[in-house]
Amino acid sequence: MRVAIVDESAARASVIHEGLAGLEDCEVFVITQRRALVARIAELEPDIVLMDLGNPSRDVLEEYFAVSRVLDRPIAMFVDDSDEESIGASIDAGVSAYVVDGFAPHRIRAILDLAVRRFNAFARLQADLADARGKLAERETVDAAKRILMKSRGLSEPDAYAALRKTAMDQGRKIAEIAAAVVTAHGLMGGS
Amino acid sequence: MAHEFAIGFLPLVDAALPILAHEHGFAVQEGLSLRLVRDVSWATVLDRLLYGHTHAAHLVAPLAIATTLGRGRPAQPLTVPFVLGLNGNAITLRTDLAARIAPDGALADPRAAGAALKTVVAEELAQGRRLRFAVVHRHSSHNYMLRYWLAACGIRPDVDVEITVVPPPFSADALEAGEVDGICVGEPWNSVAVERGAGRIVLATAQIWRRGVEKVLAMRQSTLEDRRPETEALIRALTMAARHFADPAMARENAAILARPAYLDGRAELIERAITDRLRLSQGAEPVHFPDFMFQYREAANFPWVSQAQWLYTQMVRWEGGAIDMADAQAAGRVFRPDVYRAALLGSGEPLPGASSKVEGSLAQLTSVGAQQGAMTMADNRFFDGRSFDPHDIAGYLASLENNL
Repeated sequence: MRVAIVDESAARASVIHEGLAGLEDCEVFVITQRRALVARIAELEPDIVLMDLGNPSRDVLEEYFAVSRVLDRPIAMFVDDSDEESIGASIDAGVSAYVVDGFAPHRIRAILDLAVRRFNAFARLQADLADARGKLAERETVDAAKRILMKSRGLSEPDAYAALRKTAMDQGRKIAEIAAAVVTAHGLMGGS
Repeated sequence: MAHEFAIGFLPLVDAALPILAHEHGFAVQEGLSLRLVRDVSWATVLDRLLYGHTHAAHLVAPLAIATTLGRGRPAQPLTVPFVLGLNGNAITLRTDLAARIAPDGALADPRAAGAALKTVVAEELAQGRRLRFAVVHRHSSHNYMLRYWLAACGIRPDVDVEITVVPPPFSADALEAGEVDGICVGEPWNSVAVERGAGRIVLATAQIWRRGVEKVLAMRQSTLEDRRPETEALIRALTMAARHFADPAMARENAAILARPAYLDGRAELIERAITDRLRLSQGAEPVHFPDFMFQYREAANFPWVSQAQWLYTQMVRWEGGAIDMADAQAAGRVFRPDVYRAALLGSGEPLPGASSKVEGSLAQLTSVGAQQGAMTMADNRFFDGRSFDPHDIAGYLASLENNL
């Protein structure tokens, strides 16, 4: 069985690839280039094509499948008799699947389930990463605000932090927000 | 507590009404809170609608009908209670091709340009080449308008030329790279191609059919049934947005809103041009004014005429082959819901037509038509070849049209 993964995010494609590589008699191909997509698919003759929902080439791929319906290997969007629940799960995870018509439904189900799990895992990784980046950026802002207070008001580092924390508590806001305000105000006042 | 409506859209100027209904507070005024969901392919806009990520979507009209009829995927009933606008697309050709078929400095005459194109197509075929045109989706008005023009000028769309699908954001690239010879796409993408010097705008689709149905607000039938009062509130909010959009004094502000990264993420200047019906046809030229290039409000433009849906069905059969099926023609007509539109606006100041279906393309001049509410006049709504579509004779109309044979 041949599975093509079309994803402009090479990182995500490799996470999915890795997941599917463990399946028995499953050959996986990754396509990350937009150019000549249809020619590449035609050449690979995959049984299943997985594509992320955010890929702008979905309409191009669907057009190719619509045209190829009249050829000898008709491809359907999902499978006509596959259950709504599993399609819904794949849409929730952000992946669309196209399957050669008449392909064994239970095998598709297994592959689709695996792809969905991989997609979800990747989304969690991204969220964790964004969270970590956000926290790092917040810490840098707080540090910058502390330095401004230490310099302009002659405070020690613990006192500068205490000043930020007290203001945040008084105003019911996060320390990072107060720190960002200090940094912005400092910039406006001509500080460097 | 406001009722949330998640609405899917593609970054195009004609996604304006839901965006403006949200930004100008018309939705809130109607007790709704809109959440706009941006995507980059019609396939994904449709999937999110079908699998419940969105409650409604900005959609190419023929796709709503194709989905209901089960063309291309298992049938799922969609409904259209509101038309988001008429026309607003254009045909942009590679500059050297444009020079061979149309004079510079003005929009072409569709008959003359079509005749000249026919000669070029024949010359190219003699050299073993077929011209290629890009449309945004097989089930799009772009596809049907381009084909209508070509076929009426004696060019067989799938035989003499080739029509392929290219997503709107890549259409200028495809033209520039020579992958296609022409594109039929919505704004701002023709203007983007022109600004880059990749092509020249030759025709507005409004020249092919003066009042052609374009994007619609599509919903699942079950959502419409479950959320009927909110849907009617949404129709009222969108109507207010349409009035605002059509006000020339608001064009600059509205263009700036649409240009934001969360929406079109594009240049406000190009968007404003489309809103005000001005088009820069070739690089560096002064924009020309083509009235009603986009048509989002007047003459009850948002009214979902059953005859519009059935016209789209005739084009689907015309180009996809197969026999006409009167049950499908009726089902296509039922996708458009004038009854819901009427219920939403009954008692408002908005005019409501007396009929729900009309002979498309039959008016040559400003005509007063029967109204259920208010006064209704409708202007020239002809097809460029002078034909009209009578929904009482779908089979006869279809038999009279050219096709690929």
